[in-house]
Amino acid sequence: MTLPLALRRWEMLLLALLILISALNVAWSPFYLGVGNVVNLFQLEIEKIIVALVMTLIIINGEIDLSVASVMGLAACVAAYLFHAGWPMPWALAAALASGAAAGAFNGFWVAYVGLPSLAVTLAGLIGYRGIARILVEDRAYGGFPAWFNAIGQQPQVGPLTVSIIIFAVLFALMALVLHGSALGRLVYVMGNNVAAARYSGVRVRRIKLLLFTASGTIAALAGLLYAARLGSVRGDMAVGFELDIITIVLLGGVSIFGGSGNLVGVGLSILVILNLRNGMGLADITGNTQTSVIGALLILSVLAPNMAQTLHTKWKGRET
Amino acid sequence: MRWLQRNIRPEQIRELSLLLLIVVAVLFFGAMIDGYYTSRTFNRIAASVAIITVVAVGQTLVVLTRNIDLSVGSIVGCTAYFAGATLAARQGLPPLVTVLIAVALGTVMGAVNGVLVAWGRVPSIIVTLGSLAIYRGILIDYSGAKTVTTGSLPAWLIDLPRLTVFSIGNLDIRALFALAVVVVVLFQIATSYLNAGRQFYAMGSNPEAAHLIGLPTRRIVFSAFVLSGAMSGLAGFMYLARFGNITVEAARGLELQVVAAVVVGGVNIFGGSGTVFGAMLGAVMIGTLEQSLLRLDISEFWRDAILGLLILLAVASDAVILDRLRALWARTDLKIVTRAAAEPEATP
Repeated sequence: MTLPLALRRWEMLLLALLILISALNVAWSPFYLGVGNVVNLFQLEIEKIIVALVMTLIIINGEIDLSVASVMGLAACVAAYLFHAGWPMPWALAAALASGAAAGAFNGFWVAYVGLPSLAVTLAGLIGYRGIARILVEDRAYGGFPAWFNAIGQQPQVGPLTVSIIIFAVLFALMALVLHGSALGRLVYVMGNNVAAARYSGVRVRRIKLLLFTASGTIAALAGLLYAARLGSVRGDMAVGFELDIITIVLLGGVSIFGGSGNLVGVGLSILVILNLRNGMGLADITGNTQTSVIGALLILSVLAPNMAQTLHTKWKGRET
Repeated sequence: MRWLQRNIRPEQIRELSLLLLIVVAVLFFGAMIDGYYTSRTFNRIAASVAIITVVAVGQTLVVLTRNIDLSVGSIVGCTAYFAGATLAARQGLPPLVTVLIAVALGTVMGAVNGVLVAWGRVPSIIVTLGSLAIYRGILIDYSGAKTVTTGSLPAWLIDLPRLTVFSIGNLDIRALFALAVVVVVLFQIATSYLNAGRQFYAMGSNPEAAHLIGLPTRRIVFSAFVLSGAMSGLAGFMYLARFGNITVEAARGLELQVVAAVVVGGVNIFGGSGTVFGAMLGAVMIGTLEQSLLRLDISEFWRDAILGLLILLAVASDAVILDRLRALWARTDLKIVTRAAAEPEATP
C-alpha cells in the first residue's frame, strides 16, 4: 500500500477535480462565481444532498438504505393528504416527519433486531412506502399550500440563502460533529469494520443501527417536505429514483460500500464536484441524461482508478526486485 | 420424518410453500373477482410474468455469485429499442436474426459489467448503478428521444404475442410464455447437473474456498454477468414484441421487479443458495398479484404496498424459518453419519 500520497488521499483527488471543473466553468461563464449562481447551484439538488449526509453514516456503518426516496415521497404525500383533510399545516408537517421516522424505525427493526440484510429490507421499503404514498394521493396532484410553506422552498429567507440551504449547512455540521467528534461516531466506524467484534466489545449494536435508520427516515422525510415546498405541489411519484443519485454522491466521496471507511470531508467535496459538474455541463448545453451518464461513469472510475493504480504499482515493484 | 428429510431439502420446502401461496392467492382472487378463471386472465398474467422471468433467470446467476445486477432494466430498454429500430429500417430481417441482434447487444453490455466487476475489482452494486445510468443515457442519445412505433414493425412481430404454441383445455400457451418456460427449464438443468452450473453455487457459498480448489473465480463472475446481459437482451426482444411502442423510457425500473422476484423466489441475497425455478415462482407470484389487484374493487394503488410487504415477509421467513429447518436437517445428517461410523466397530 505504498501508493503516491495524492492517490492514497482520495480527498486530494476530489479537490483537484473540483478545482479543474470550477476553473473550466469560470472560463465558460463570467457569472459563474456570483452569489446568485452558487445559491442556484445548491438549490437545484438540495434535497438529495441533505439525504446524502445521513446516507454517509448508514453506509459507513456497513448498511444501505434504498428506501430514502420513497420515504421522501411518503412524507410529502402524508402532509398533503392531512392538510387537505383539514389539518392545520404545522400539524400535518409534524405528522409527515413522524411518518418518516416510523418508516425508518420499521426498516431499522428488521435490520437490527431480526438480522435481515438491509439491501432486501430497504428494497421492500422502497416499493412498500411508495405504495403507501400512492394509496394516500392516488393519481391526484395536491397543491394550494399556505404561502409561507411554499416560500420556505422557493424564496431566499436569510440574506440570499434559502431555508433549505441553512438546514443543509446545520445538518452537515451536526453530522460531522457526530461522526468525527463523538463516541457514537467512532462506534459507527467500528461496527462498519467488524460488527461481531463490536458486539463482543459490548457495543449496543442493535440500538445504534435502529437509531441510524430512524435518523435516515426522519431526515429523508424532512428533505421530502422541502422538495414539496420547492415544487409547490405533491404527487405520488415525486422523488422517484433519487436513491441512485444519493448513493452515487456518497460513494464518489470515497465511502466504502463495504462499510468502515470514508468521511464527511470527502462527501462534502463529492457534493461540490457533482453540483459543479452538472452546472458546468448545463452551461455547455449538455442534456440532463448525458449528465447522468457522465456521473455514472465517474462513479465507476472512482473505484476502478485506485484499483488499477494499485495493480500497476504492485507489478512495477515486482519487476524492480 | 426421516424419509422426508432424506428426500426433500429445506430449500425445496420453501419453494413448495411459495407454490402453495400462489395457489392460495389464485383461489382468493377467484373468490373475489367474477369471471376470474378465464383464459384471458391467464394470458394477461403469463405475458407479464414471461419478461420478468427471463431477466430473473440471469439475475439469479449473478446473485448466486454474491453480486447484483441493477442495470438489467436499462439493458432491456436498450436492446428493445435497438432491435425495434433495426427492424423498422430493414423490414425483411429474419426473426432469428432480430433475436440474435438483441441477445448480442445485451451480451456485450453484460460483458462490460462483468469485466469491471471480475477484473476491475469494483463492487457490483457500484458498477451496475453506474451502468444503469450510462446505458439509459446512451439509449436516449442514440435514439434522439424518438419512439419506435408499432406501425413501423413487420406483421410477424406484432402477431407474435398472440401466437399460440399449444393449448391445455381452453388455456392457450402463448409463444412468449413458452419461451420463458424453456429458458427456465434449460437453466434449471444446467445449474443443477452441469459442472459449469454448480460453479456458481461454489463461488457464492465460499469464494475463498472456490479459489483454493482451483475454480476460475473471476471467469465465473464474468460469465454470470454475461448471461444476465444475454437474458436481458432476450427479454428486450420479448418487450419489443409485447408492447410494440418503445420509448426511451422503456423498462425503466424493471430491475426492482426482477430483484423482488428473485428475493421472493428464495434466492439468498448473500449468494450461494436458491434456484432458477424458485426465481420463476417469485415472478409468477408478483405477476399474479400485479394483474389481479388491478381487477379488485379496492384501488390499484394498493399493489406496491402489498408487494413491499411480500418481499419483507419472504426475506424474514427465510432468515427465521429456513435457518431452523437447515439446522434440523444438519442434525439428522450428523446422526446418520455417526451411526454409520459406529456400526463397523460393533460387528466383528
